[in-house]
Amino acid sequence: MLDLLADFGRKGVEAFERLGRGHLLFLQILAGITSLLPRPGLLLTQIHSIGVRTVTIIVVSGLFVGMVLSLQGYYVLSQFAAEDSLGVMVAASLVRELGPVVTALLFAGRAGSALTAEIGLMKATEQLSGLEMMAVDPVRRILTPRFFAGFISMPLLAALFSAVGAIGGYFVGVGLLGVDEGAFWSQMQSKIDWNEDVINGVIKSLVFGVICTWIALFQGYDTVPTSAGVSRSTTRTVVHSALAVLVLDFVLTALMFGD
Amino acid sequence: MKMRQLEITVGAFMAAGLVALFFLAMQVSNLANITTSEGYEITARFDNIGGLKVRSPVSMAGVRIGRVVDIGYDQKSFEAVVTMLIEPDYNQIPEDTIAKIYTSGLLGEQYVGLDPGGSMESLEQGSEIMITQSALVLEEIIGQFLFSQAEENAMTQE
Repeated sequence: MLDLLADFGRKGVEAFERLGRGHLLFLQILAGITSLLPRPGLLLTQIHSIGVRTVTIIVVSGLFVGMVLSLQGYYVLSQFAAEDSLGVMVAASLVRELGPVVTALLFAGRAGSALTAEIGLMKATEQLSGLEMMAVDPVRRILTPRFFAGFISMPLLAALFSAVGAIGGYFVGVGLLGVDEGAFWSQMQSKIDWNEDVINGVIKSLVFGVICTWIALFQGYDTVPTSAGVSRSTTRTVVHSALAVLVLDFVLTALMFGD
Repeated sequence: MKMRQLEITVGAFMAAGLVALFFLAMQVSNLANITTSEGYEITARFDNIGGLKVRSPVSMAGVRIGRVVDIGYDQKSFEAVVTMLIEPDYNQIPEDTIAKIYTSGLLGEQYVGLDPGGSMESLEQGSEIMITQSALVLEEIIGQFLFSQAEENAMTQE
């Protein structure tokens, strides 16, 4: 009985320890920006592997999400003879919610898991210790450029997702279902507010970018340096990122659109 | 050469992201329609503004000429004070113009419609529209309708 209780307590302490290590790592990563600024080449390489390589999946999913939204929205709206509002519905759901959230989920699956596996393997093969032996701080050299690459890439990817989604919605709504083209765009423009909707969506994607990259980097850096450990960390990255994004999305939405 | 290729793809990626943001700004949201806060402000007092909101359009003959920038409440006269910003191009609005609150469509949003009067003087910064008509409140109309029906029934029974 007492063993059980001790087990439970140890788990709790470990979880808090991990949380503390995560936050310390976050501060170290941020402090590393001083050594990143003189070497923008590092950032460039990472934006390429984190951002550019994620573009394909973002564009394709954005297109199809927009098309499906249009199809489903038309079905409901036509029952109220409100097809003209299709553009508003598609754009509002994309810009406010689906753009940032789905992008973050895809980002966690595509880029986050790759980051964790890469850094976890670096640790398992003692490359990180090797860097330390050469008096190179692995946090500054390896983690900081990846973190800022994720931070920069995420809002751009989310904007791409929303824009491509709106175009997909346009193709289905106007091209396939015969909604009036003028009404589609003009209703959208009059109802979607730049500050209220678009900027808030960008803020969301910035927050998700920080969270997803941070989780991925920490899981990789903190991994148990075996093949089983790396695999577990990679899984954990995707699960934790998805949960964090969905919970944070609720909190942010309540704060932004609450009143 | 490898580095150059990398730079090009990253540049293209960032450009694409910014173009997408620009697209959201111009084609999806109302950024293109937001006029800078130039123009002149006029006020009007209404008994009831219904569902009028800040940023609702102000139109004349169906053409949008400005927007509502502030809605206040006068505790002395129990009236709503609506401040409207009219774009500087439209500076020939007669002084005795009537302001009404309309609804676009059956369930659409509400806006302020201006019906021009005949005065030679024009409205300018800070002037107030004296003649106004409140928003139609559905409950009141239904109430009046029911009341007149009941009255009619009473008349026929007599």
